[in-house]
Amino acid sequence: MSEEFKVEIVNPEKSFLSKENVTEVVVPAFEGEMGILKDHISIISFLKPGIIKVCSKSDETKYFVEDGIVEFKDNNLSILTSSIYNISDLDSNKVDQILNEAKEESKQANIDDQKKYLIDQKIEVLKNLSVN
Amino acid sequence: MASLDDLKKRISSVKSTQKITKAMKMVAAAKLRRAQENAEKGRPYSEKMNNIILNLSSGISDKENAPKLLAGTGEKKTHLCVVMTSDRGLCGGFNTNIIKKAKQYFQKILKENKILKIITVGSKGYDQLKRQYKENIIERISFKDSKNINYFDADKVGKIIIEKFEKGEFDVCAIFYNQFKNVITQIPQEQQIIPLKSNEEEEKETSSNNSYEFEPEEDEILSNLLPKNISTQIFKAMLENSASEQGSRMSAMDNATRNAGEMVDKLTIQYNRSRQAAITKELIEIISGAESL
Repeated sequence: MSEEFKVEIVNPEKSFLSKENVTEVVVPAFEGEMGILKDHISIISFLKPGIIKVCSKSDETKYFVEDGIVEFKDNNLSILTSSIYNISDLDSNKVDQILNEAKEESKQANIDDQKKYLIDQKIEVLKNLSVN
Repeated sequence: MASLDDLKKRISSVKSTQKITKAMKMVAAAKLRRAQENAEKGRPYSEKMNNIILNLSSGISDKENAPKLLAGTGEKKTHLCVVMTSDRGLCGGFNTNIIKKAKQYFQKILKENKILKIITVGSKGYDQLKRQYKENIIERISFKDSKNINYFDADKVGKIIIEKFEKGEFDVCAIFYNQFKNVITQIPQEQQIIPLKSNEEEEKETSSNNSYEFEPEEDEILSNLLPKNISTQIFKAMLENSASEQGSRMSAMDNATRNAGEMVDKLTIQYNRSRQAAITKELIEIISGAESL
């Protein structure tokens, strides 16, 4: 039996990615990274800013997301997100730009803890990206 | 009867109008293709979102404590209607159809002695509603400046709605927009977004076997997801609306071009006839003048 399942990433504007032959997807779920393999239990979870890793037998692609929802059901993984970037498309300028925006946001006085946590996460991830 | 000169002027004026409507039709056709593409691309997101919420809400354990955005405030006193129209005119019955649909709903509400509040999105809707419902309009939003429809605009509208809901300014919220079916048919839609109306048939289907694992907790997911869903639904409505607007404009302009063509033909015949009549008259005058000599 094959170990592959289907993944679909959509953002409000379009269907971002649709792939049939995925073996593993790692998503930055709210309470920690989560690897999803075939026949995972049905799950709904939130994403925090981080890296989505989509692995198939032949290759592996990484995406940077800022937020989103994942739903896994009957070997269909749907990821809904409002902002997603393919990491190979991101150059250092773009990363810096998002990073600066995030830094600006974290300086605002009236943000609650949860938001602060998310932004810190985002900055962390972006910093790691710009190093590579 | 109009003189030859007058006819000539009219013909040329109709012709130039025809040129304008033709150009507008072509512009609308080009824009329509893009808008249609966007609307179709945007559908999976809102459908998925809706599905997830349906799955979630059917699986929710105690309905009593469900978030208010889902279950409603328990009352149905104040209705908020978000009427979404275009910013530009000359698009046939597009705006009128939405307004008509909305007005029916308004009247129903007012008859039941409920309070009506209106938010208009797009300036044409405001123009048409302000005469009759001026006191009811609490906000008007227009995105004249943004060329393309983007999610941020929809999010803005969504946030306004949620803010008002949290302040307890209304109990039920419905949006009005045109659903794009094809170029000549657009269906005015009324969609209730607060409290969320779940499709009962679908619910039966899904509730049979769903055992989701949630992370974080169910209600936390819901309270996060529901506001997002409202923005998504509005975004969907905006996309559908823009495709419908272009489609409607295209067919309206097509009709106008054809009508202008018919008119030119008719006027040209009339022009030729009266010219011929004038020539014949002159000839008769000359001949009878010659005969009398």
